[in-house]
Amino acid sequence: MRLNCPCCGPRGLEEFTYRGDATVRRPESPTAPAQDWVDYVYLRDNPAGPHRELWYHGAGCRSWLVVTRDTRTHAISDVVRAVDVARADKEGAGS
Amino acid sequence: MPSNRYSLFSLLRETLRGHTGWQPAWRDATPQAAYDVVIVGGGGHGLATAYYLARRYGIKRVAVVEKGWIGNGNIGRNTTIIRSNYLLPGNVPFYECAMKLWEGLEQDINYNAMVSQRGVLNLFHNDAQRNAYIRRGNAMRLNGVDAELLDAQAVRRKLPFLNFDNARFPIQGGLLQRRGGTVRHDAVAWGYARAADRLGVDIIQNCEVTGIRTQNGRAVGVETTRGYIGAGRVALACAGNSSRVAAMAGLRLPIESHVLQAFVSEGLKPFIDCVATFGAGHFYISQSDKGGLVFGGDIDGYNSYAQRGNMPVIEDVCEGGMALMPRIGRVRLLRHWGGLMDMTMDGSPIIDRTPVDSLYLNAGWCYGGFKATPASGLCFAHLIARDEPHPTATAYRLDRFARGAVIDEKGMGAQPNLH
Ligand SMILES: Cc1cc2nc3c(=O)[nH]c(=O)nc-3n(C[C@H](O)[C@H](O)[C@H](O)COP(=O)(O)OP(=O)(O)OC[C@H]3O[C@@H](n4cnc5c(N)ncnc54)[C@H](O)[C@@H]3O)c2cc1C
Ligand SMILES: [Zn+2]
Repeated sequence: MRLNCPCCGPRGLEEFTYRGDATVRRPESPTAPAQDWVDYVYLRDNPAGPHRELWYHGAGCRSWLVVTRDTRTHAISDVVRAVDVARADKEGAGS
Repeated sequence: MPSNRYSLFSLLRETLRGHTGWQPAWRDATPQAAYDVVIVGGGGHGLATAYYLARRYGIKRVAVVEKGWIGNGNIGRNTTIIRSNYLLPGNVPFYECAMKLWEGLEQDINYNAMVSQRGVLNLFHNDAQRNAYIRRGNAMRLNGVDAELLDAQAVRRKLPFLNFDNARFPIQGGLLQRRGGTVRHDAVAWGYARAADRLGVDIIQNCEVTGIRTQNGRAVGVETTRGYIGAGRVALACAGNSSRVAAMAGLRLPIESHVLQAFVSEGLKPFIDCVATFGAGHFYISQSDKGGLVFGGDIDGYNSYAQRGNMPVIEDVCEGGMALMPRIGRVRLLRHWGGLMDMTMDGSPIIDRTPVDSLYLNAGWCYGGFKATPASGLCFAHLIARDEPHPTATAYRLDRFARGAVIDEKGMGAQPNLH
């Protein structure tokens, strides 16, 4: 498996660290219901198919990346910088 | 027709008859309209559950529904290690229950599973690790489990070829559980399948469960590629596919599926007579009866349903091996493969009821569920039959994550950095 980092180009897996599902969202408020925290910390969809997930390019540009990868084949369809995803989310929420 | 009992007499008889009289070890069952219990998943845990349901709890109308063939999953892919060297209160009695069942298994199911108590030796390489192993050994002995602390000299006598003077990771000693060892993994699946079949359990292969039918919040049957099967109770034992199957009943689990790889070398003359683990990296090794070195290490570390892994972990495992025993450097790798791990967020399993009535869950065995097989089957059967947890498996609740009662035996799990 190689990840095509938007900053560094195609790099081997050993340069990256995995950080799991990129779709879970930390509850906005620390006083959110306990179940929201349980969902965020523990529960996962764990799909067999396309999965949006976080990777950290520690031995490269040190960007956080959002990778879309098929968990059945390991085929990677999309790699974007997490910061761009976060910005787009914020704009979406603001509008 | 149920197969014959295996004995020295049957072996002699068949030898004289040119082995023409052996029966298939289990019937190739076709699904009936309904069963008292339908078990989804014909791995070690599903088959053991069926056996104990029929044998100890008297429930005979039981089906095991398997999407592939018996033994295609992790039960036929693991590195065959059994041990009960656990630390935490919820774990020690459970894994020791499994060990005791292993010790009597072959007589119980009339099948040679090649249970070999050759010992499991966990090496330590610094003072802190030594203290941690002393604590673990003491916890084991308090629970009546055997544990012995070996110093470097004693380890040297046992495995003289290890790299004791590795500059970074000198071997200071090890924690030995002599009753640990290995079991022929396929034989466990076949043995339980045969024993369950003889008690009337239907083992239905090539039958994938595609849906779980519920009525008023209660599971009443499963949709399969071979038609609908009604069920008084539905029991899930799908290992790496737990999330997918549980989702059919609307459940979301604290599980990620990951790939774990295993490796076998060409056959060599016997030279490792126990299971040994490297304490400074993730590497463990034993030697099969055919002479192949069987070894493995970490999960690849990303969600996967592919049953195959990638190169970085292969390199990492081999580096661990070279650090521990440089003499294997010129041994050729014969084959390697991957299996699907259902990694729970605390690294411990789940044997519990679910929010759906009559739907029971056995999942989250991570990369350590083979050793648990008999106890998992027994405790799951107890839960299904009595609708209450078996006394040795009371900690493996599904709601423990919400209650903050996680069982963090080794700080592992899918993403240990989350807690
Ligand atoms: C490489 C490797 C090494 C390991 N080493 C060890 C070890 O040394 N010691 C140890 O204790 N553990 C080890 N394990 C872990 C152990 O193998 C597993 O925890 C255990 O086998 C899981 O339980 P099982 O046997 O029931 O799983 P499986 O054999 O995987 O059974 C699950 C079954 O469910 C079936 N299934 C899934 N979905 C469906 C569906 N929709 N319909 C019907 N059937 C379905 C699958 O086909 C499969 O046969 C290892 C695992 C791997 C992969
Ligand atoms: Zn990069």
